[in-house]
Formats: sequence, C-alpha cells, structure tokens
Amino acid sequence: MTLSFNINILIFWILQLLLIPVMAPFVIGMTRKFKALFQNREGASIFQPYRDLWKLFHKDEVVSHDASWIFLVAPYIIFAVMIVIGAGIPLVSSAFPNILTSDFLLIIYLLALATFFLALAGIDTGAGFGGFGSSREMMVASLTEGGLILSLLSLALIAGTSNLFGISARIAALPFLHSTPLLLAFMSFIISLLAETKRFPFDNPATHLELTMIHEAMILEYSGKRLALIEWAAWGKYLIFIALGANLFFPMGISASLSLFSVIPALVIFILKVLAFCFGIAFIESTMAKYRIFRLPDLLFTSFIINIIAIALII
Amino acid sequence: MSAVYLQQLFPTILGLFTIGAIGSLIFRYDDEAAHAWSSIFSIVGSLSTLVFSLSLLMQGIGFSFAGYSTFPALTFSFTLDHLSVFFVFVISLIALAASVYGYGYAKQYIGKYNLGTLGFFYNSFILGMLLVVTSSNILFFLIAWEVMSVASYFLVIYERHEQANIKAGTLYFVMTHVGTAFITLAFLLMFKVTGSLDFGTIKLSLMTAPLWIQNMIFVLALIGFGTKAGIIPFHIWLPSAHPAAPSHVSALMSGVMIKTGIYMFIRIFFDLLGPAQVWWGVTILILGAISALLGVLYALSEHDLKRLLAYHSIENIGIIMLGLGSSLVFLSFGMKALALIGLIAALFHTMNHAVFKGLLFLGAGSVIHATHTRNIEKYGGLIRYMPQTAFLFLIGAMAISALPPLNGFASEWLTFQAMFSAVSSLGSTMGMIFVLAIGALAFTSGLAAACFVKAFGITFLARPRSDEAKHAHESSAPLLVGMYFLATLTLIFGVFAGKVTGILTVLAQALQNMGMSAETLNVLPSVSAVHLSNNFANMSLGLLFVGLVIALALIGIIVGLVTKNRKLRRDRTWDCGTELLPRMEITATGFSRSLIVIFKGLLRPTRQTHIEYHDAELRYFPKKSVVHLELKDIYLDNFYAPVQSFITRLSNQFKRIQSGNTNLYIVYMLITLIALLVILAH
Repeated sequence: MTLSFNINILIFWILQLLLIPVMAPFVIGMTRKFKALFQNREGASIFQPYRDLWKLFHKDEVVSHDASWIFLVAPYIIFAVMIVIGAGIPLVSSAFPNILTSDFLLIIYLLALATFFLALAGIDTGAGFGGFGSSREMMVASLTEGGLILSLLSLALIAGTSNLFGISARIAALPFLHSTPLLLAFMSFIISLLAETKRFPFDNPATHLELTMIHEAMILEYSGKRLALIEWAAWGKYLIFIALGANLFFPMGISASLSLFSVIPALVIFILKVLAFCFGIAFIESTMAKYRIFRLPDLLFTSFIINIIAIALII
Repeated sequence: MSAVYLQQLFPTILGLFTIGAIGSLIFRYDDEAAHAWSSIFSIVGSLSTLVFSLSLLMQGIGFSFAGYSTFPALTFSFTLDHLSVFFVFVISLIALAASVYGYGYAKQYIGKYNLGTLGFFYNSFILGMLLVVTSSNILFFLIAWEVMSVASYFLVIYERHEQANIKAGTLYFVMTHVGTAFITLAFLLMFKVTGSLDFGTIKLSLMTAPLWIQNMIFVLALIGFGTKAGIIPFHIWLPSAHPAAPSHVSALMSGVMIKTGIYMFIRIFFDLLGPAQVWWGVTILILGAISALLGVLYALSEHDLKRLLAYHSIENIGIIMLGLGSSLVFLSFGMKALALIGLIAALFHTMNHAVFKGLLFLGAGSVIHATHTRNIEKYGGLIRYMPQTAFLFLIGAMAISALPPLNGFASEWLTFQAMFSAVSSLGSTMGMIFVLAIGALAFTSGLAAACFVKAFGITFLARPRSDEAKHAHESSAPLLVGMYFLATLTLIFGVFAGKVTGILTVLAQALQNMGMSAETLNVLPSVSAVHLSNNFANMSLGLLFVGLVIALALIGIIVGLVTKNRKLRRDRTWDCGTELLPRMEITATGFSRSLIVIFKGLLRPTRQTHIEYHDAELRYFPKKSVVHLELKDIYLDNFYAPVQSFITRLSNQFKRIQSGNTNLYIVYMLITLIALLVILAH
C-alpha cells in the first residue's frame, strides 16, 4: 500500500512539474486560434507555439554590447520561477494541503520576483523601448497587486486558509458559485489576469508597435534560446493564472485524492476548463479595444473596489 | 557563557565605545591615528555586543542592575530584558557592518574634515543608542536619548562645507527636540501618577492609572517617539537629515536610530501602559498605512539616491506600525494569540529593515564614493565598473521589495497574515479598516518594487550617463566586507524565518501586556517554516529557496545541453543605424513619471517644460526640451507653515506686554505672586 501510494505521489509530482511548461504553448495556440475564429481567419495551427520554441532554440543569439549579466540570467530566473509556481498550485488534485510553497501571498510575490527581473532586463540594454516597457510593466504590476491579493483573500476568507490547495478543496465542497462575493472576486481576478498576463485591454500580445506595447517592448532585444525561455515563461504565467481561475473559483471536477483513477479524469476536466477560459479570454480580447495607458489605473482600481465589496459581504 | 559572566560583559562593552569616543578625541590632531583608534574600538565594541546579545537571546535570559550616583533621582540603572536585548542585537548587527565599512569609507575625509571628531561622535552615537534601549530610569533615559540625538546631529552636519547639510542638521535638531518635549511630558505624567522614575516600578502601578491619563500618555508618546521614528506627518526632518550624514552613519540612522522610536512604542504600549484601547491600535494602524503608502510614493519621485532610501525608511516604519497596530487592536479585544502574530511581524520587520536598509545605504555610499554625485540621473552602467557593489545592492533591492526568499518577504508575509486574521475575526466595521490597511500594504510593496527597479536599473544598468560614472571603480575590501555581511543576513533571516519567529515568540511573550498565552506560533523542527496558530497559513522560504536553486540548475543544464552548438554574439542591437548614446536610455524621471501622474491627486507634482526652438516663430522644430518634474512638500505648505505663522502671531501678541518698563514688570510679578498665594491657599 505504501509503495503504490509513493508511486502515486511521484506521478503526481512529475505531473505538477511538467504540466505547466508542456501545456502552456498549447494554451497560447488555442487562444490564438479562438481569436482567429472571431476575426474570421483560419489562424495558425494550435501547435505553432511549439514550433516557434523549437526554432528559437536552434538559433544563435545576438546580445547587445551594453547588456550585463542581469540580461543573460533573467530568462533563467523567470523560467525557474514559473516552474516553482507550477509545482505549488492546484492543477488536477486538491490533495496535498500542506505544501509549504503554495501560500497565495508567496505565489503572488514569486510572480513579482519574475516581473522584477523582466523589468530590469528591459532596462539593461539601454534601448529606449525596453526602458519604457519596464516603466509601464512596473506601473501595471504595482497597481495590480492590490486587486490580486484582495481577490484571493476573499477566497481565503471563505475557505479559512490561505493555502491554495486548501482553498481549492474547501470551495469544491460548496455548491456551484454559491455566493455573490465569489462572483465579485472572480470578476476582479479576471481583470488582474488580463493585466498580469499582458492581454487586452492592457497590452496587445500580437503587436510590435512601440506605442501599444508593454511586454513585447521589454523583450525586444532577446533572441535565440533566451527569447524562447522568456516567451515560454510568459505563456506559462498565462496558464498559471488560468489554472488559478479554474481551480480556485470553479474547483468542481478536481480530484480530491492522489489515486490515478481520479487524477486522469480530473486532468481531462482541467483541460476542458482551461479551454473554456481560453475561449472566454479570446472573446474579451475580440470585443474590446485596447485602453489608453492612463485609463488602465481606473480599471485596476475598479478591481480593487469590487474586492472590497466582496470582502464586506463575507465578513 | 554564563549569566554572571555576561552581566560583567555589558559594562565592558559600554566602556569600549566610551574609550573609542574619548580616544579619538585625544588623537584628533592626527587623522590617521584617530581613525584607526575609533575604528578598532567601534568594530571590537560592536562585535562583542553582537556576541553578548546573541548569547542572551539564544539562552532567553536577561538581567538588570543599577549603578550609583550622588543624585538620588539619577541612578544609572539598566534593564536587559528580552526586548532590550533584541534591540541591542539589532543595533550591534548594523553597527558592526557600518564600522567595518566606515573604516574604509571615512578615509576619504582625511585632510578634508577632522576624523577625530567623527570617531568621537560615531562611538558616542552607538553608545547612546545602546543606552537608550537598556536604561530603565526616566532621567537616565532622557540623557541617553540626548546623547544619541546630539551625536547624530553632529554627524549629520559632519560634511559642514555644504550649506544643505547645515540646513538639514538644523531642521533635524529642531524636530528632534520638539519630539523630546513631548516625550518629557509623557514621562512627567508617568512620574506624577506613579511617583517613580524607574520603569520597573512604573510598570507595576501605571496599569491602574485613570483612563484619560493613559490616553494622554499614549498621544504624547506617539508624537514624541513618532517624530524620531519618522512617521508621516512628523517625518520632514528624515529625508534631508539621513542623506546628509556620511553613508555608514546614514545606515545606522535609517537602519537603527529610528527604531529606537519603535522600541519605545513597544515598551510603553505593550509593557508599561494598562490594557490597550481600541482606538490606540486603530490610530497606529492608520498612521502606519499612510506612512507606508506616502513614503513609497515620495521615494518613487526622488532622484537623489540617499533621499530615495530615506523615504523608504518612512515606508518601512509604516509597515512596522501596521504590525504594531494590528497587535494593539487584538490586545484590546483580549485576543492574545493573534496579537502575538502582529507583534512578531513588527519586531521581525524592525530587524529585517535594519539589515536591508543598512545594506542599501552602504551600497549607495559606495556608489557615491565612486561617482561623487547623489543624482541617479548621472549614473548608469555601474554594474560593469562595480560588479560586486551592484550585486549586493541588488540583494538589498530585492529584500526591500519583499521578494521571496529574502527576509523582507518573510516579515511582510507575517504582517499581511496578522491583518488577514483581523479581517476574519473582528467583525465588519473593524474588518473594513483592516481591508483598507491590507490594500495599502499591497500597493506599497508593489510600488516599492517599481521604485527599486528604477533605483537599481537607472543606477547600475545600461550605459553610463556621465563621465563620473565612466570612471567609477569597485569599492575597497572593508566596504565590501560590511556589505557582504548584511547581504548574507538578508538571506539567512529569510530562509530561517521559522527559527527567527520562534525566538521572537519567546521575546514578545515576556512583555507584560502580552502575557503567556497558551496558543503560540508553532515552529516546525525544520527551522525554516512558519506556521500560524490558527491554521490559516503556513509557508517555508527555505523550501522555496532550495526549489528555486534546483530549478535554476536543472534549467541551466538542460538548456545548455540542448543548445550546445549555438553561438552567442556580442554586437549592436536595434540601433536604427545611429550611434547608441546614453541620452537614448530611459531616465529616472521618465521611469517614474506614469506612476506619479496616476497619483497626482496625492503627490501634487509641478511640471515645467522649457522648449527651445530652432525658429521661435514657427515653433515646429524643437532644438532642446527640458522637463522639470518636482513634488511640492505639502506638509511644509499645509501643516508646518500654518503652525509656524500661528506661533509667530502668538509671539507678537505677547510682545505687547513687554513694554520695557521695569515698574510694569514688577506689577506682573506682584500679580503672579498673589495669584499663586490664592491658589496654594486652597
């Protein structure tokens, strides 16, 4: 019995470690496909992001004379953060309630760690674009943090724990979207998701126009394997946010144990939920114009206020 | 070491600093000798203080003893209970790093300023701080407080050839004495109620004092010690005084001197006064939230590296007060286990801030030493010329931005958790206040990260913007040793947060108002994890650190193997066909501008643009464009200026009774005498 239990834990851990990086390009491919459908285009294959990564890993790199070791190391740190976060959030099972790195504050501040190095890398080459990208990135990131913390706090207050596995397990035991605060917190979470993953109306992930971009501006000078790592990590962050949204706000279908028979169907349900999120985000992106940069704070403060209402309804 | 032995060590330590101070004054005509003397004694003194306080902390023991004096009221009595020992420990950590650093740093003053006086005031400053946190007698405390304040005043004006420093010093001198006036009033009230000057005796009888007296003492102490701590709106001296002092002194002032205010907050509110009132906690919480948020916003707009760091001290004092405030609110509701979380968060952040702010000030000092300017806009690309300083400053910047797995995150996490517990357990009215405080802290830490991306990025990355920056050089060994010491501590206090909170739990429970509560923070034997007693949260930065290191190593190896045959070429990128110049980089003003515009309602920026055109008539082709983005000091304009004009007007009114006529003055005396006789007769 102990042997099979250990094998299950091992499989679960490998799944936790690999799921985010393996699935992230697919999720981006699906989102792009959905967006193409909304625009009456056929769109690229959903496996195009994998091919992009393959191609980038086979290219040589050019690095600016002015760049320091920060520029060279940042992609590795950002990717490592993505892996560590992926191992600490509920993906297919809400068992393991005592993982010591899955506190929601810890996850949010780990994301900040990645943002910090990304912004530094943007400044490092001394190009104007990179610097402005970093400035905008830090502006959006610093204003998003409040809304994000409070929306996950609403969940933590309902669940009575700030551990993400614990939140997922407790919310799963409640009836489907049982309360208004949960819905409000989810609205605010979606705003944070769009801001943190640099999608419409905050940033246009498909552009290289200097006036509209944040994320692309910062990574403009990357090439080859480092560009691959940084893009991959950004896609991973997108999937992490979707996974948080899917498994914290709608945890139904998540496996309550680590046995293989419940994990495999849970994996299927998880992929379906992620696809639903991709569709929803593609829908938002296709029906909304990008905001002026100085209107973004309004949206972020709205997310903050919605949360305050949500928490007021809980306590 | 045994307790008796330790007890004898303490006067020896005080003696070391005294000899260091007096000796450097004796050698003041020989700069080299004075410098060596003062450095040796301050280094040995802080090292032995560190060993002394650490062994007391680990063993969890304390002691008290009294000296003799011919003045009955003025006994030199010391109490080294847990709280004092903790602050002695924090002071010794920063004093050690600053002294080692100062040995290399102060050499630049040889021939320019007198090093004997620097040594004298530097040693007396540390001595003063140690006396402040250990004295247990009101009069003796006030003397120690003055030694600390006056010594630091002379250190602020040490580089006296610069007019700005004298001005900063004067402002500091006035503000610190306004603060001392309030402190003295608070102590006089204590003396009146309890009839004793000894903290130990006061502690026993102040509990039963009437409520209004307790409230009065709270308000007076809040203003008095709040001025030293630099909470908004009593902060105006801090951003000008801290940068003016030599950098290792700035590290001490910002890292530990302002914490003596926090020490007395804890001593008075948790140990001396009676049961906490709800409004005390709420007041401290609100002041903390305001200080944290405004402190970081002002820092964001600041382009003088040391002023920027000074504003971050205001922010971090705010964060400490959020922990203290939560703790007081819990205490007023009798929830001691939860109050413990808030108090531990405050103590932990006090220590962490001392460490990373000390590190950042020392790093800033190295940069200023190398470039001879404090203006961030004149730096750039220093990572190439001073790689080790850049790395160490980066560690400090990450710690102050509360990025895991460093220590700043550990204590901010605890502060957050204390406030989360308040939201979930205190009902809706109180809960909403805490939700707003949580929001303030969340925005604060986000903005701090933005500010340090700016501070580190503009200082160390990209291309040098001035000739000074191009000619910068790596700091000498003593400077680096001081910084490596503190940088290592930021990691240790983060990764072993569980062990540290365990020690702090024992310490906090020794305070009278906290008392022994059955529930405590449980600490795992793994020493790195922090668990909360209410099972709401747990986390381990040690595990996270190991995870990050393993992930980094694996990614490095795998990517290295996959892309073995790929080349990395250093070349010009994205230069659009022209030469890349420093002028094309983003500036500090540009970086922070968008955030300042967003908060313009709070910050009131003034913006001036001067554009020079090739043709003044046509105004199509600008030749040169200059933008000044400045913040007005709204406290000077809206608070201090009205107070000042009120006092001036009041004084002018009083001038009327001074006619210069001696007969009239005799009439005044007569009236006073009669009035006194009437009053005393009753």
